[in-house]
Amino acid sequence: MTGAPVRRDGPPLPSTLSALSRPGRRAYSLPELDVPDAPVPPEHARATPPALPEVGERDIVRHFTRLSQINYGIDTGFYPLGSCSMKYNPKMAEAVASYPGFARLHPHQPEDSVQGALELLYRLERALCEITGMARATLQPPAGASGELTGLLIMRAYHAKQGKPRSKIVIPDSAHGTNPASVTLAGYRVVQVPSDARGLVDLGQLAKIVDEDVAGLMLTNPNTLGLFEEEIVGIAEAMHRVGALLYYDGANLNAIIGRVRPGDMGFDIVHMNTHKTFATPHGGGGPGAGPVAVSAALEPFLPAPVVAFDPDAGRYSWDADRPDSIGRVHGFHGNFGILVRAFAYVFAHGRDGLKAVGERAVLNANYLAQAVAEAYPPAFEGRPMHEFVATASGLKKHGIRAMDVAKRLIDLGFHPSTVYFPLIVEEAMMIEPTETESRETLDAFAAAMLQAAREAVEDPDLLHDAPRSTPVGRLDEARAARELKLRW
Amino acid sequence: MQFAPHTDDDVQEMLAACGRSSIEDLYAHLPPDVVLGRDLDLAEGLSELALTREMRELAARNRNADGYVCFAGGGAYDHYVPAVVWAMAGRSEFYTSYTPYQPELSQGVLQALFEYQSMICELTGLEVSNASLYDGATALVEAVHMAVAATGRRRILLSEAADPRFWEALRTYGRGAGYEPEPIPAAGGVSEATEVRDDVAAVVVQHPNVFGNLEPASALFESAHAADARAIQIFDPLSVGTLAPPGELGADIAVAEGQVLGNHLNYGGPYLGIVAARMADVRRMPGRIVGETVDVDGRSGYVLTLQAREQHIRREKATSNICTNQTLMAVAATVYLAWLGPAGLAELARQCHAKAAYAADALDALPGVELAFPGVPFFKEFALRTTREALDVQRDVLDQGYLVGPIVPHEGRPALLVSVTERRNRDEIDGLVDAMKTAAAS
Repeated sequence: MTGAPVRRDGPPLPSTLSALSRPGRRAYSLPELDVPDAPVPPEHARATPPALPEVGERDIVRHFTRLSQINYGIDTGFYPLGSCSMKYNPKMAEAVASYPGFARLHPHQPEDSVQGALELLYRLERALCEITGMARATLQPPAGASGELTGLLIMRAYHAKQGKPRSKIVIPDSAHGTNPASVTLAGYRVVQVPSDARGLVDLGQLAKIVDEDVAGLMLTNPNTLGLFEEEIVGIAEAMHRVGALLYYDGANLNAIIGRVRPGDMGFDIVHMNTHKTFATPHGGGGPGAGPVAVSAALEPFLPAPVVAFDPDAGRYSWDADRPDSIGRVHGFHGNFGILVRAFAYVFAHGRDGLKAVGERAVLNANYLAQAVAEAYPPAFEGRPMHEFVATASGLKKHGIRAMDVAKRLIDLGFHPSTVYFPLIVEEAMMIEPTETESRETLDAFAAAMLQAAREAVEDPDLLHDAPRSTPVGRLDEARAARELKLRW
Repeated sequence: MQFAPHTDDDVQEMLAACGRSSIEDLYAHLPPDVVLGRDLDLAEGLSELALTREMRELAARNRNADGYVCFAGGGAYDHYVPAVVWAMAGRSEFYTSYTPYQPELSQGVLQALFEYQSMICELTGLEVSNASLYDGATALVEAVHMAVAATGRRRILLSEAADPRFWEALRTYGRGAGYEPEPIPAAGGVSEATEVRDDVAAVVVQHPNVFGNLEPASALFESAHAADARAIQIFDPLSVGTLAPPGELGADIAVAEGQVLGNHLNYGGPYLGIVAARMADVRRMPGRIVGETVDVDGRSGYVLTLQAREQHIRREKATSNICTNQTLMAVAATVYLAWLGPAGLAELARQCHAKAAYAADALDALPGVELAFPGVPFFKEFALRTTREALDVQRDVLDQGYLVGPIVPHEGRPALLVSVTERRNRDEIDGLVDAMKTAAAS
């Protein structure tokens, strides 16, 4: 880093609401109390009110508008975070989710008063089962990681029912961190299988690990390197031979939608991330939704309740009478408002549209991979699917790391790719353009990446000092963790 | 509908640049036996116009809270959501962003979350909040995991007067994590004093409880502390406008369903999981936490911190598997709490309680209806016993335009819950009483 402060073009961060607070200022309005006052018993009463900020509504509006202006979203620009499928979030999905007929439903309403909602959930479940090649699904898990844990608890219940509880789950070394974390929460132990020189599951190593104490294998396909596990049928057979189950992490379903179905590859359990494949907005870190679809053999273990349909009566209902169910995984029916958006996306695209989604995503990734390969060669030789992992290791001799490139991309007008993941690739830059980006955007991004590579040689401080165009420069994360300041 | 912008020329030229002859060629390396040799069995895509027509028809087949007067509770409440909340939280720079992994581009959401954490600390009287969890039930599960990790014990005592949904969620996740919740009796509608042995990890009390009743929380938490167990309170974030906060009652960890903080009913989600704790447990907290720090030039800024707890760093040793949480709902809660301020929160809580008390007195006076727990103080929700089948009463009341419920079992008998928010006025309460009079007598 250079010693002198770097000029920043952006205005400084806004004050906190706490700093704006003035005693007696207020935004709220409520009608006069029109029944007799009735204070709570004194032994239960709060002595001092919470020190919430006292601000006017105009303060609030300027404050949050300003905060939004220093926050980068898909609507701001290209967001090529590998493994996150940051595609455009259609406005029509936002509009329909806000209909009072969806947004103003109380979760304890009687079934007869929510037939439209139940039909929507039922039809979404059927569509997701068709897309994944599975028998039934739960829409309860509120995020992908929750879906993983749900799937593993289903696996656990299945093996218990077989009278053969098992203790281990196999995970590739390139897997998302949520996979091993979910495994522990499900009461299993992680066994890691290494990737081979092609970036695929090492079948020889897998054969050595798999035995009758293995409950299942968690796999993403295409995997987190963006490569298709071409020996998936053999992998599935190896697992099923010992009575283990195959779990599909749907993080990369976008690559193969409408073309390859997890069920047809031999998977028994599939979770989907609606914010990835079905373009529900990610909200800066949620809410998501993580539906889990399973094969017919695993259906009895799904979280209860599930939606049932009686075709004779033309009536939908909640089916809670499921004795082998793992139970409830969410307080109510999952993130219904997100599922409404996913429904809108799936039915707006239809069979042709969904297939085209995958095709354009793969085309964009292949195109971008070759466009940057000269400076950022692919980490593995295989043909990329919807994303690719390149390496910035060639710049290391100039003292430039992948993070420096990422920060320079910010100054060049782009959100960076994922960096340093998967953990098995040196100076990894994991790039997922998604199908909703145009060729012009990809060309501009590739030009920025190549420019950063040139600057790494010619003017490396541009990278070391980046970003300069943001309200703050690189932040001291070590200090944040050491001198904890987690509130006003 | 299709949101990919490619022209036919784009496709051809991009394929050529990749050295591929066709779209099919991009998939040529896939094993043929896994490729679906047919179209998906789904309808053809729809135009936006056709889709919105269909969605409107589906929405119209639901009766929503604008079409009845909502006295339903049981964990989701019809509080008023001021216009400013979603005018701000609904800005697309927030809702179309990802988890703030690149802090320089994400100061907006990071600062909003820092402010959220600060306000949750104020509400709870505790020292640290995370940046959100999925919902109330899963927040309780995470709090129990914190207690198990902190104590190295596995016995969990949970009040019988806690929402059955919390019981169900703890049972589900306990099967994986190796615990099974055990009941603290609540025969009279509030938890009874209970022996806490030194193998107990956590004592969990919902206050106000599922019946709306106020619990002797401090006494229960004292017995937890005497056994070095963690005291966990499930609280209502709006109740603390008038009720003593969890930290003051002796809770070590407070969790809540945060739907009431500016979120719509949404048929049960997306809602907001709240968790707050004492600093002693900060490294056992689940999920994202935002911290303030400085940049290379000494300017203040915000980052995700204590990431060494989290799944993407610690993998199988992480405190939780949380990745995506409910950030946008936390942003909405922050706007909402700023709108209320301390005076608004106190006034709102006062109105909820006064209106609930007024409704309870009037309903209790009806023939065939009585309070399930006469004389037990409650906050904004209370339980009724009806001579007639509770399910029939609930249905007949809804036919007259009022939603009450849910119906929660207590000691083998159904208790019909009624909750009253600041949104209800005297005319609506009087209307409910009239409707209930007819329904309970028929």
